[in-house]
Amino acid sequence: MPENNNPVRGAGSSSGPRSLFSRLRQGDEIARLITLLFAASVVLIALAIVYQLWADSALSRHRFGLHFLVTSVWDPVFEQFGALPFIYGTLLTSAVALLLAVPLGIGAAIFLAELAPQRISAVCTFFIELLAAVPSVIYGLLGVFVLVPLMRQDVQPFLKSTLGFLPLFTGPAYGVGFLTAGIVLALMILPFIISVSREVLLSVPRDQREAALALGSTRWESTWKVVVPFARTGIFGSIFLALARALGETMAVTMVIGNTPQIAASLFAPGYTIAAVIANEFTEATSDLYLHALIELGLVLFLLTFILNGLARLLILLTERKGAEVRA
Amino acid sequence: MKRFTGFALALLALGAIALAQNALLINGAGATFPYPAYSKWFDVYHKQKPAIQINYQSVGSGAGIRQVTEGTVDFGASDGPMTDEQLKAFTAKRGTEILHFPTVLGADVPTYNIPGVSAELNFTPDALAGIFLGSITKWNDPAIASANKDVNLPAADILVVHRSDGSGTTYIWTDYLSKVSDTWKTKVGTGTSVNWPVGLGGKGNEGVAGLVKQTPYAIGYVELIYAIQNKMPYGKIKNSSGVFVKADLAGVSAAAAGAAKTMPEDFRVSITNAPGKTAYPVSSFTWLLIPARIQDAAKRDAIKGFLHWMLTDGQNYAEGLAYAKLPKEVVARELKALSKIQ
Repeated sequence: MPENNNPVRGAGSSSGPRSLFSRLRQGDEIARLITLLFAASVVLIALAIVYQLWADSALSRHRFGLHFLVTSVWDPVFEQFGALPFIYGTLLTSAVALLLAVPLGIGAAIFLAELAPQRISAVCTFFIELLAAVPSVIYGLLGVFVLVPLMRQDVQPFLKSTLGFLPLFTGPAYGVGFLTAGIVLALMILPFIISVSREVLLSVPRDQREAALALGSTRWESTWKVVVPFARTGIFGSIFLALARALGETMAVTMVIGNTPQIAASLFAPGYTIAAVIANEFTEATSDLYLHALIELGLVLFLLTFILNGLARLLILLTERKGAEVRA
Repeated sequence: MKRFTGFALALLALGAIALAQNALLINGAGATFPYPAYSKWFDVYHKQKPAIQINYQSVGSGAGIRQVTEGTVDFGASDGPMTDEQLKAFTAKRGTEILHFPTVLGADVPTYNIPGVSAELNFTPDALAGIFLGSITKWNDPAIASANKDVNLPAADILVVHRSDGSGTTYIWTDYLSKVSDTWKTKVGTGTSVNWPVGLGGKGNEGVAGLVKQTPYAIGYVELIYAIQNKMPYGKIKNSSGVFVKADLAGVSAAAAGAAKTMPEDFRVSITNAPGKTAYPVSSFTWLLIPARIQDAAKRDAIKGFLHWMLTDGQNYAEGLAYAKLPKEVVARELKALSKIQ
């Protein structure tokens, strides 16, 4: 990093690199060190978590090895543990949640940032931020008392009669299951997507819009073809934040997913997620191997989040390059 | 004046903290199921003996066993007795034994939701095992119908609901099923969480009760206390003497009394399917786990003193909180066992 030539930093001294002492005295170096420490602590915490999860899952890692990831038996009594149904459940519910929440969320954000009258936008934003602050157990309770009966009596029979030819919508309608969990998750992550995307859209420079309008585009064209692509990276960011929340959500999911470790094609079937099984079984895990298997599940969830985040970054990079090509 | 009141209050608060710190602090951790009874006991005992304060964290049986083995707490508590392996681990680590002291009793009841059927159903052990194994799938299956001749059972599919969180409730239920069904014993076994052959998982008693209430033709199991407090309907179960018994606190104590004669020295005993005409078959002790050697004499005396009180006066608080109290036979044997703590 070209520290010395930085015009802002170097503003105090006009000739040559400053001595460490003078930098210290002027406070720049101190501020740099303190903020560096804060930034480094985040990395350290993440590494410490991985280390601890790795160390405390030794028994299970040695016993099952990589089979842990591909077997689907979870039997605490006979001490056979496999993570596959939980990985499947975690990914499937998060995918359903994103599928529902992303179009809704981005649409709402565009309306609030670009198209809505000021007052309506302010009121809506207030309520959305309120939703983001609702504890997850409340979403879970709403799920149990409102959504589950609704799903069982109306939504699932309807889906069965209309889209029943797809394997996704078959099997008995219990009300609880992958689909219900996905919907509850979608409700929970929606405020994040809307609120962050809206901020990002609002921060798009005014002259971008004005230029588009000056070139004769309509309001919608300027929004869809100029403002949204400009804010694309930030919008992706909001989606990944939402995805991270969906992957790790525990309470609301366990209340509506049916808690059955199985891999089923039907979205009506009950399932299980990694976070939910850890929360459910951790306190009463009496044997060491059992405990280590649960901790290894935590490690798997951490890696899953890590990989998905990596893929997300890659996606951003690819779309940016493509965007640049189009512009060039 | 206002300022003075504030000052006095602050002083008072400080004084209270100082007093509390003077009290001998004893820490325990473990089972969540008996927590309401324990917290009542510790509270009442602290009022009677302000010099002793017992803190209890209801972190779950597994965590309780681990913490007492590590020595981070003075005593543990568990809904299931410790296994031989865990006993060995404790002795290896702490150089002394761990003692089990039964405190109160709990029981599980089968609860169900069959539209159009309001009668109390009778369940035979075979019927319950079959339902939870998934081999009995319809409500009008002869195994259920033969014990309920007056009830018109529908030909609907049974939906099994079980606990998804690890719990003493599940331990009792699976322990009972293991005793009455060999298939269950070899295929599923006994534990706070098991690999369920069929059904949905609900979180906590309230999760199971909610799913059963909402879903037609569902059956699940909940703690007796939970069923009583929420006025839920529940069925009778045929005990080992061939009598259909509806669970109540007296029936649970009777099961413990029935098992007392054959109880081993260390109190690690399962009382499911216990003998006795009035004994309710799906019940269990819950235990305090006390190290046999406690170095600190003051702590040792305090723990012994509390256990003595818990076994005598303390038992009177149990039924008010809907726990079944220990039968006389068991209390007498536990009082004798107190001398093992040294």
